[in-house]
Amino acid sequence: MAKILIENREYEVEDGQNLLQACLSHGFNIPYFCWHPAMHSAGACRQCAVKVFKDENDTRGRIVMSCVMPVAKGMRVSIDDPEAKAFRENVIEWLMSNHPHDCPVCDEGGECHLQDMTQMTGHVYRRFRFKKRTYKNQYLGPLVNHEMNRCIQCYRCVRFYRGYAGGRDLDAFASRNRVYFGRSEDGVLESPFSGNLVEVCPTGVFTDKTLKSHFARKWDLQTAPSVCVHCGVGCNIIPGERYGELRRVSNRYNGEVNGYFLCDRGRFGYEFVNSPQRVKEALLKTADGVQEVSKEEALRLASHMIGMGGKVMAVGSPRATVETNFALRTLAGAENFYSGFSRHEARLASLIVEVMEKGPARSPSLKEVRSADAVLVLGEDVTNTAPILALALRQAAKNGPLKTAMKLGIPFWDDMAIKTATQGKKGPFYAAAPYATDDDDAAVKTFHGPPVEIARFAAAIARELNPSLPIVDGHSEETASLAREVAQALLEAERPLVVSGTGSGSEAVIQAAANVAWALCARGKKAGLTMVMPECDSLGAALIDSKGLDEAFAAAAEGEFDTLVIAENDIFRRMETEDAENFLASFSHVIVIDHVINDTVKAAHITLPGASFAESTGTLINFEGRAQKFFQVFVSAGAQQASWRWLKDMMDSTGLKLQKWESLDDVTSDAAAVIPAFEKITRAAPKHGFRIAGQKIPRQTHRRSGRTAVEADKTVYESKPTEDEDTPFSFSMEGFQGQPPSPLIARFWAPGWNSVQSVTKYQEYAGGPLRGGDPGLRLIEPKVAGAPFFKAVPISFKARKYGWLLVPMPRLFGSEELSVFSPPLASLQAKPFIGIAEEDAERLEVEEGDEIAVRANGKSFGLPAIFVPGLTRGVAAVPLLPGMAMLTLPAWGVLTRAKRRAA
Amino acid sequence: MLSILQSVWKMMLHAFRERVTVQYPDEKPVLAPRYRGRIILSRDPDGLERCVACYLCAAACPVDCIALQADETVDGRRYPSFFRINFSRCIFCGYCEEACPTYAIQLTPDYEMSEYKRPSLVYEKKDLLISGTGKYPGYWYYKVAGAAVKGKDKGDGLEEEPPVDVRSLMP
Repeated sequence: MAKILIENREYEVEDGQNLLQACLSHGFNIPYFCWHPAMHSAGACRQCAVKVFKDENDTRGRIVMSCVMPVAKGMRVSIDDPEAKAFRENVIEWLMSNHPHDCPVCDEGGECHLQDMTQMTGHVYRRFRFKKRTYKNQYLGPLVNHEMNRCIQCYRCVRFYRGYAGGRDLDAFASRNRVYFGRSEDGVLESPFSGNLVEVCPTGVFTDKTLKSHFARKWDLQTAPSVCVHCGVGCNIIPGERYGELRRVSNRYNGEVNGYFLCDRGRFGYEFVNSPQRVKEALLKTADGVQEVSKEEALRLASHMIGMGGKVMAVGSPRATVETNFALRTLAGAENFYSGFSRHEARLASLIVEVMEKGPARSPSLKEVRSADAVLVLGEDVTNTAPILALALRQAAKNGPLKTAMKLGIPFWDDMAIKTATQGKKGPFYAAAPYATDDDDAAVKTFHGPPVEIARFAAAIARELNPSLPIVDGHSEETASLAREVAQALLEAERPLVVSGTGSGSEAVIQAAANVAWALCARGKKAGLTMVMPECDSLGAALIDSKGLDEAFAAAAEGEFDTLVIAENDIFRRMETEDAENFLASFSHVIVIDHVINDTVKAAHITLPGASFAESTGTLINFEGRAQKFFQVFVSAGAQQASWRWLKDMMDSTGLKLQKWESLDDVTSDAAAVIPAFEKITRAAPKHGFRIAGQKIPRQTHRRSGRTAVEADKTVYESKPTEDEDTPFSFSMEGFQGQPPSPLIARFWAPGWNSVQSVTKYQEYAGGPLRGGDPGLRLIEPKVAGAPFFKAVPISFKARKYGWLLVPMPRLFGSEELSVFSPPLASLQAKPFIGIAEEDAERLEVEEGDEIAVRANGKSFGLPAIFVPGLTRGVAAVPLLPGMAMLTLPAWGVLTRAKRRAA
Repeated sequence: MLSILQSVWKMMLHAFRERVTVQYPDEKPVLAPRYRGRIILSRDPDGLERCVACYLCAAACPVDCIALQADETVDGRRYPSFFRINFSRCIFCGYCEEACPTYAIQLTPDYEMSEYKRPSLVYEKKDLLISGTGKYPGYWYYKVAGAAVKGKDKGDGLEEEPPVDVRSLMP
């Protein structure tokens, strides 16, 4: 810590920090554009000028750019110096000389960093009397809108897109005052993180196209802290609602999880909430078809079915909240409750739980992932299964070269100098996957092979680390030396990290990954082990129960059950169609609670409309083991309510299992009391009774408009805001206006800071954790005494003459159940295909695009062939896309050239 | 005694003063054009809606009686898909007009809006939109804004350079 003088008052700042960050951390307002807490300083915009004085006697001082000025002991700084102020005002005047008079039609207006900074410098009147520069815009796809006239050339977009996220198709073009940021030609942005441009851009060049299609200003959005439900990472989000419709999702900073960024699936997948496919009213299936019934009628019928005395089976879901799964378990009893995993998923999930609970390796938070200095990815296509983890891994890959650059005396925040010094060098990041993935370009070396070969490769690494582990023979010299290299790199690192998960569908890979991490722990390393799980509450569901649907099927076949209750689970995605049909047919009554109309809903006798994440409150457990609470954003117009509440109502109306659950907190507390793994879960966020100065926290901004006009076409009598029994939030603009505790931050805003950059005002220091600690509570900590290593090493892969090994290929857009109902994402989804190695084309006598007949799991279907780089001969990749038949992968199948149609 | 007489004298003089009471409704008062009465939405000189649905009027409204929803035509013009003013709440403060960046929303000297039922005081866009430019005849927002719309491409606006040639290497 060093002491510096800001405006002649002493402040403690961290040594080596840049002056801008230090001043912002102490609450001073300095305008800036190119500096970003995650991407650090570039010195491109010349906006953050302050005056620095040599010593006490220096009266003249000199103007410096604070973002590229390291703090030094005893430094004297003036922000309010008249010269520095005039300098900043002039700079913004120059920037504004070409900025169009667009604010009324600009989606950024009202949350624009440029507006805020212009106000801050005091530049209010235009003196420039000449013409404004204009640019042509580009089509950048259905997610991001481009309006280049508004650009102030701060370079943040390319620094994020190329430098931080590893994208390749956005760049700076042209020279002098014509610099242009865009693609070389019109086209969809390729990076899965393109949506972050919306928040990274300090002005309105890149804006959210989905928001544009139903635009509302930030001050009109009703918001609450929420958690993304589109993968297992559990990124923190802020969904915004207006007029009963979800309008957008923006990032909610959580230093331990997503930090400043979201992936495109998470940012734009929200549109499923507004989908016409939503179940809005209770549905009853009768002989005449499906008809809508009232909530009371549906509940009466459902409780009649349950209360008749027959046995009840309950199927939960890895995408349902802890509370919903627990309510189902309470309804049917622990022995008749199934978490809703497929047989295969259940095996993988219970193995991961075992590895996490019993092993010595810690499951790191994403912040720890970002600071890892050696990474080994085993069998996981991270960009497609857990995109924000992939983004974190990209940062980890830069840590090695960063260390070297810092040895040259370059501070870590001097982004441009670091880039020059490191010259794009990569740190020890090794990736092993069945095919070439989007993460490969960040890796120093990659290994491609079928899952068993990945497991054997990992076993060879583990053997290098621990000689007591079994020898893996039969490896080529190349593979063996790569294994040695990886082992060496992991050993040299201070914080090595192993990443694996369910993506490859192989237990052997998970076991081998655990072995590597545990061997590192045994060598005294603080090794991390991240196990990617595909759904938002996969780990939570696995912690409650890990029986697969196959066991549910077997139990149902014995015929003792009368009623089946399924919550938020489309079992047709997890069972063979025939099995699922037989399973459902073995019950006299099937009650389904879900958000969207899917095959399971179509088969149900009674469907109850379940509230989506935006319409309900609950707890989710991400793959790190972090329990995070999301809060209801708005009250939907339909009959939707949280699944657990439907279950409570059902239990109450049977009169048999009366639950004393008045609010969600009672369910959470009961779950914590009953299930040992959830012991601490109630501490994830403040309970519903939490008040600040006796006040609730408002979901609406103090600037919200239209209160007396929104409903005036229906009635001129303004209705009372809905009471919220489950959370400390109110559905109004009234309540505590200050900063709430970190799990309850409904939006980032500070006086003078309307844009997302205001997050700095909520942090302990600029770029640091939120005040009071980042939200979420870790449930699983590693054991000191290690579990025994997994001893089995699978036998090596042999390509078969007729058989093909089909491996799963998760896709960012299409593999997740709910985001496919978001129209912009659906338009980016690939059409079903089968991936083969180019070298296999000859064997199959096909060219790319030709139809291939695939037979596997007793099913056959035709798919066009696509060459997938990195695939081993004899292995085919099956993308997990809507419209594809349900397959348990990896599996053996037969591929043949489809018969050509008669000419 | 004297002061009483003085007062009586003054009052008597008033009887010969010019009358200020207007015999409304038989006689209408003359109001300044900037009188803050019934709110209207005006049109651009080309006859298209001026309102670009920026929400500033709604934000400025102290009684929150304006609600609207932004949309965009295929021509790239922003417009409100609905625009509602609840005049039973309106206090005719004129903040909406002050906030409007396009001179779309204007207060007029019409005050004869009484109704028997409150719901009749809820005006939708069709009730608000007039066919002319109102108080500001020449103003045309898209001519001075950078955004391109049909009929005004990038660089066609007032005080705009033609679009930059990104591929030019000229210094």
